[in-house]
Amino acid sequence: MSTYISKRLIYMLVILLAASFLVFSLYALTPGDFISGNMKLSPERKAELREIYGLNKPLLERYLIWMKNALHGNFGYSLSQQTPVLTLFNQYIWNSFLLAVVSTFLTWVIAVIIGVIAAYKQYSWFDTLVMIGIFAAMSLPSFFIGLFLIKTLAVDLHWLPPGGMLTTGSSSTGLAYVKEVIQHMTLPVIVMTLLGLGSLTRYFRSNMIDVIKQDYIRTARAKGLSERKVLFTHALRNALLPAITLVGFELPALFGGSLIIEKIFNWPGIGQLYMQSFGLRDYPLLVGFTMLIAVLTVIGTLLSDILYHVADPRVKLQ
Amino acid sequence: MNDLLNIEHLSTHFKTEEGTIKAVDDISLHVRKGETVCIVGESGCGKSITAMSIMGLIEGPAGKVAGGSIHFDGRDLTKLNRHELRHLRGNEIAMIFQEPMSSLNPVITIGEQIVEPLRVHLNLSRRDAHTRAIELIEQVGISRPEQIFRSYPHELSGGMLQRIMIAIAISCNPKLLIADEPTTALDVTIQAQILDLLRRFKEDSDMSILLITHDLGVVAEMADYVIVMYSGKIVEEGEVTQLFANPKHPYTQGLLRSKPVINQRQDELYSIPGQVPNPLELQPSCYFHDRCEHCMAVCRMEEPNLKKVGEQQKAACWLYEEAKVYA
Repeated sequence: MSTYISKRLIYMLVILLAASFLVFSLYALTPGDFISGNMKLSPERKAELREIYGLNKPLLERYLIWMKNALHGNFGYSLSQQTPVLTLFNQYIWNSFLLAVVSTFLTWVIAVIIGVIAAYKQYSWFDTLVMIGIFAAMSLPSFFIGLFLIKTLAVDLHWLPPGGMLTTGSSSTGLAYVKEVIQHMTLPVIVMTLLGLGSLTRYFRSNMIDVIKQDYIRTARAKGLSERKVLFTHALRNALLPAITLVGFELPALFGGSLIIEKIFNWPGIGQLYMQSFGLRDYPLLVGFTMLIAVLTVIGTLLSDILYHVADPRVKLQ
Repeated sequence: MNDLLNIEHLSTHFKTEEGTIKAVDDISLHVRKGETVCIVGESGCGKSITAMSIMGLIEGPAGKVAGGSIHFDGRDLTKLNRHELRHLRGNEIAMIFQEPMSSLNPVITIGEQIVEPLRVHLNLSRRDAHTRAIELIEQVGISRPEQIFRSYPHELSGGMLQRIMIAIAISCNPKLLIADEPTTALDVTIQAQILDLLRRFKEDSDMSILLITHDLGVVAEMADYVIVMYSGKIVEEGEVTQLFANPKHPYTQGLLRSKPVINQRQDELYSIPGQVPNPLELQPSCYFHDRCEHCMAVCRMEEPNLKKVGEQQKAACWLYEEAKVYA
């Protein structure tokens, strides 16, 4: 097991090294840089600034400098905000994480419950209704549901705030602050949950349908176990196994932010910051963020492999 | 009457898009206390469906016990509610299956799977159930029971898994054990061991066995009474020595002829010509008529009834009926 993990860690380093070079080159080779967007600067001033920021050096040299700093834990300063990249991440990522973690949790719980019941009562009216609902939720674009909910729940009914993370000008602290954030995050969480729910429910439903047909479920019934025990002890454990792969993908998604949702609900998350930085060609921030996602993806994959080993006695890691 | 299991006119139907399949069509059978009854027939003749009907495990809504009664120890199983039936399953009626490899849950330990029915039906405490499970593993002839208790199904061989299935089945001292092709998936030496095990438990307790098989060797070794099924119907039944010595129905005769006999040189093994009829296209007739060398006009028109043809033997064949003349 420990040799397996050390082997995997070495692979991970190699993958990340290759990824960092690719990511850095792609951003650096995108036409235009942070300076060229600024129309007010004279050509001489531009050259001066490029000299200061090191943007005139050859690609490979720039990459090596970035790498050397990164290995020392220094991911550079955001060019547009003049703040260390890591400080900015710390400021924005947790806002995105808050939305993602709540909606992911809700999505999984609801998807498992509905998926199991729909599979158990396959082709019943409940199953049909769920399938129609799921297709509807999957086919509607997020901006449509988002705007629709803002129009009905926020603008017409005044039940929930239409956007932001706090009421404008609010200075509440403590419990009042928590309450305010919860109110503001309700709408985006609903939309994100609705969007993720469809595919995951279908996934659990079809896994469960496969498992229910297995011989060992018949054995469990022949032993006289209650249907609840058959479903939740014997069937669900097997139906959840393939979903472990998804856990690996969820990890980067938790921190990656959501461009559209954050834009619609004006949520101060990392997705918005990333989009802004892309327009400005703010390389240190772009490279830093993409690398963070890469690291999380690699860790997520390792995590799901180890989880498989824990959850399924047949899986051996070597 | 000392029948433990008394099935009268049982029919089990499956609705499909092409029509209704009568998987089990009006069969009656009886199993006495301590008796071993074998149901023989080829794949799809309805023998497993008969077993599942007794267990109340026919998968709805497509499948349904369409008629008849199943009296077990004085109760009609077709009239019991889900809760009562569940209490019977694994407790008074236990079942083992054909594929030991897939019949146990791959992610739950062997021990936990043996313990479950003990906890549910006998209300044993966790510790008592554990002790009993260890005893059971030893009883089915597996050494190192503590280690097996903690193992997962994939770590055991097919023969060992079938022993575990038997341990689970006998754990609550059932009155009836239904064994659906228990040795089909195992190799020959293991088959003999498993059959020995079943016979030993039957002798120790007063358990009855309903053994479903297509292997006539197994029948000869185990059965007191044999039932031959074809296309959802019983075509012949009788006491085992009588039936083997003097089969009446052409299908039974064919089955016995297609079995290799030691010390008899045969260039080619006999096989019954033709194929099992499509269950959707059955017309009132003897369902075996198009494969039968004695086929008469009446066989194509009307269904024969199960008639007494020997002291303890019945057959459903027009050869043994009063001659009926069709113009």
